[in-house]
Amino acid sequence: MTDTAWETLSNQAIGVAGIFYFLALMVHLAEWASMRAPKATRAMARNQAGQARGGVAVATGGPPSAGEGAEAAAARSQRVAFLGRLGVILTIIACAGHFVSLVGRGMAADPNRVPWGNMYEFTVSGSFFVVLMYLALHRKYALAWMAPIVTGFVVTVLMVAVIWLHSEVAPLTEALDSYWLVIHVISAVIATGAFTLGGIASIMYLVKMRVGETTTGPMSRVPSLAVLDRTAYRVHAFAFPVWTFAVLITGPIWAHEAWSRYWNWDPKEVWAFITWVVYAAYLHARATAGWKGRNAAILAIIGLATLWFNFIGINYFSTSSQHSYAGGAPAVVEVRGAPAPSLETR
Amino acid sequence: MTDVQERSQTDPGPERRPGELGARELARWLWRQLTSMRTALILLLLLALAAVPGSVIPQSGVDALDVSRWKDQHPSLTPVYERLGLFSVYDSAWFSAIYILLMISLVGCIIPRTFHYLRTIKAPPPRAPRNLLRLPDHASYTSVDGVDDVLEQARVVLRSRGYRLRAPDEGEDAVSAERGYLREVGNLVFHVSVIVVLVGFAIGSLLGYQGGVLLLQGQQFANAGASYDDLDPGSLFGSEDFDPFLMTVDSFDIEWLTEGSAAGTARKFNAGLTYRESVDAAEQTYDLRVNHPLTIGDTDVFLIGHGYAPVITVRDGDGNVTYDGPSVFLPQDPSFLSFGVIKPPAAGIGFDGFFYPTFALVDGDPVTVWPDDLEPLVSMLVYTGDLGQDDGKPQSVYALDTERADPVLKDDGQPFRLDLRLGETQTLPDGLGTVSFEGVEPWVRIQISQSPGKLIALGGVVLALIGLLGSLFIRPRRIWVRARRQGDATMVEVAALDRSGGGDVGEVLASVVAELRGPPPDDAPDPPADQTDREQDDRP
Ligand code: HEM
Repeated sequence: MTDTAWETLSNQAIGVAGIFYFLALMVHLAEWASMRAPKATRAMARNQAGQARGGVAVATGGPPSAGEGAEAAAARSQRVAFLGRLGVILTIIACAGHFVSLVGRGMAADPNRVPWGNMYEFTVSGSFFVVLMYLALHRKYALAWMAPIVTGFVVTVLMVAVIWLHSEVAPLTEALDSYWLVIHVISAVIATGAFTLGGIASIMYLVKMRVGETTTGPMSRVPSLAVLDRTAYRVHAFAFPVWTFAVLITGPIWAHEAWSRYWNWDPKEVWAFITWVVYAAYLHARATAGWKGRNAAILAIIGLATLWFNFIGINYFSTSSQHSYAGGAPAVVEVRGAPAPSLETR
Repeated sequence: MTDVQERSQTDPGPERRPGELGARELARWLWRQLTSMRTALILLLLLALAAVPGSVIPQSGVDALDVSRWKDQHPSLTPVYERLGLFSVYDSAWFSAIYILLMISLVGCIIPRTFHYLRTIKAPPPRAPRNLLRLPDHASYTSVDGVDDVLEQARVVLRSRGYRLRAPDEGEDAVSAERGYLREVGNLVFHVSVIVVLVGFAIGSLLGYQGGVLLLQGQQFANAGASYDDLDPGSLFGSEDFDPFLMTVDSFDIEWLTEGSAAGTARKFNAGLTYRESVDAAEQTYDLRVNHPLTIGDTDVFLIGHGYAPVITVRDGDGNVTYDGPSVFLPQDPSFLSFGVIKPPAAGIGFDGFFYPTFALVDGDPVTVWPDDLEPLVSMLVYTGDLGQDDGKPQSVYALDTERADPVLKDDGQPFRLDLRLGETQTLPDGLGTVSFEGVEPWVRIQISQSPGKLIALGGVVLALIGLLGSLFIRPRRIWVRARRQGDATMVEVAALDRSGGGDVGEVLASVVAELRGPPPDDAPDPPADQTDREQDDRP
């Protein structure tokens, strides 16, 4: 296949992925909507949908009492379970398309390379790992309740990426052409995906705290505060060491090779450090009386905000970052004390 | 880890009015406040907050040029910012204060916790609480085996799972088991490593240096302070610490991308070096490329940029050569449109202007359409008068001080502009002589640094990561199994306790119970699902 064909494939695949994510989102919303049902029916639906598994998520209602199970209720619960499964299948298909798109980006470049040379590729890789982590941890942490949020998030991010950030395939600039970059970025993106999932759990923790433990409406689908807190902690506990590895080990090694300084307080580095410190504070908060629960969740969300700000925002905000993914700037040097003449004076 | 927490909860300090606090007690109280978990938390948040301005305001350590530009644009804010150290946030007193406090606090909590840990590491698991069924995670079942058999089997099962057992006391009807002692070690290793990293970082910034130099092809560089264009030494770095090497850039190669959206960027550039580790060492060669630094002794040499130096010859009105050679022009943007000056010494004449690697007129505007030097052109204005070459004041080689000089004008009063293609010579008005554009040479920007302590810092982070993994994933747990005779059966109670706060001991408990009970006999009904209590899930 030619490079152009790969690039076309990549663009088509991301479109297909977007459509399937959108369908998954719709199906999951329908699933939630179907759950507006009398109490006993709901409990049954939930049990059948496989939510009360593994001792992590726990149904607040008791087992469905005999006699309540009217045929309509059984049908409804079946529909909910079906929609839930369908949503996951659609998400898996979308995720596969997403992956094909990333591979296509890498193959379209000459020489072939990892698909993270610019903002577009970064965003697409980042959202891919959000979905991948979600699917990987789906059973273990009973993340089914997250489905509409994750799919909604990914649809939005992909839309932003395709509409505003899209750029053609380009080779990596020299400084980006290093296997340390590969390790650095893979770990940073994995951590970003996991932090995002953890952040969703923390956000839902705060929402649930406001709403209270309801037995009706979509919020009843979200697990209890204790479970949310623990899910958030576990996901963060996974992401934090990965982030440490990415930002404090591979990042500096790469920076040392490319720019001669392993730590230069470049804006991108500063924000990666800020994110790290905030998440360290989050882990502390969970062990500190008076900071558990709500405050810890707030810290997790602040951490997530700094993370995504760094991922996207800082590139538009700061001009001095050497992490110039936004465009493949060559190594233009500025010598200290040199003038900055403007063409207008000519 | 819980000790820190418990202390702040259970020990609010003696109830006294402040005036009654003795100096000693005040110091103790302050120390306890400083080393509390809550203080560490707040200091961490402060550190994060304090790091923000440095990413928004230009930093002199990162981009000095940007700083001076900013200062020009904000004359009234500049003194305030300077007072606050906002142009070098990460060296400022207030930033340092935060992390020093954090480090003190860290040391202050590592030491007592280490002692505490050493004391508890040998301790056997505590005795079983009186009522195991009061613990949040518990299970119970009846067994046909005798009490001693059940307890013995519990010992075997728990030991095989890596639990440490309490030696049975006389008449004890329960087994106490604990595991996960290494979690606390991981936690301590992590916190100690944070300090190691900081020490490594500090060594680097005190004893190291970083400098840059532009080298033309063929130019020799002798590693000493005076050879650098810019030098940023750590405060304890002395001039005798330079590694005494010599190097020359022999060749420079670059490969431009000609296709795709990145056309016009360099895919590869490399500088062929010859160097000697010291004056009398053997000559060696190295192909210096981006991402492939050269290490000489303690010094690392990096290639980070390149550009063009047009070779210009200037003759005065009498035909004497007043200037001859390559002059470094600095790229202004990715198109490699470059700016530079030519200052023949003591000639009362100077030039400044642009170098276009591949010149073209687009809609009447001069532009460079390609960064490679395919159609080079220099376009300069000419100044005469006092250009400050002779008054001994230090001057930038990249700027012309035209304050006391005048541009040379054409007959129509417009400034005279020299536009020279490669090989052309042009005559200046008013008998000022001629200027020839003879050739183009490449230059490279070399960054040279010593970063002592970098391996300490790296080792520290790696150790921190290992400690962190232990701290996060080793789950300290206690399990108790109690067996009592009840009628003609044995009543077995099992309880589990997670001591890390993030754990889910329900599954562990269920699997221990399943192993204790063995496979259910074929004709027995499935055990009721609620035997293993899962109420911990809704525990706040
Ligand atoms: C006075 C200073 C400090 C105290 C008293 C302290 C105490 C603790 C304690 C008790 C834990 C265990 C929490 C748990 O089990 O979840 C912990 C964990 C942690 N600490 Fe600190 N710490 C201090 C300073 C720091 C500093 C300066 C950093 C980082 C720069 C840091 C980073 C961490 C991290 C990332 C964890 C997570 C590990 C875990 O959750 O087990 N700590 N700290």
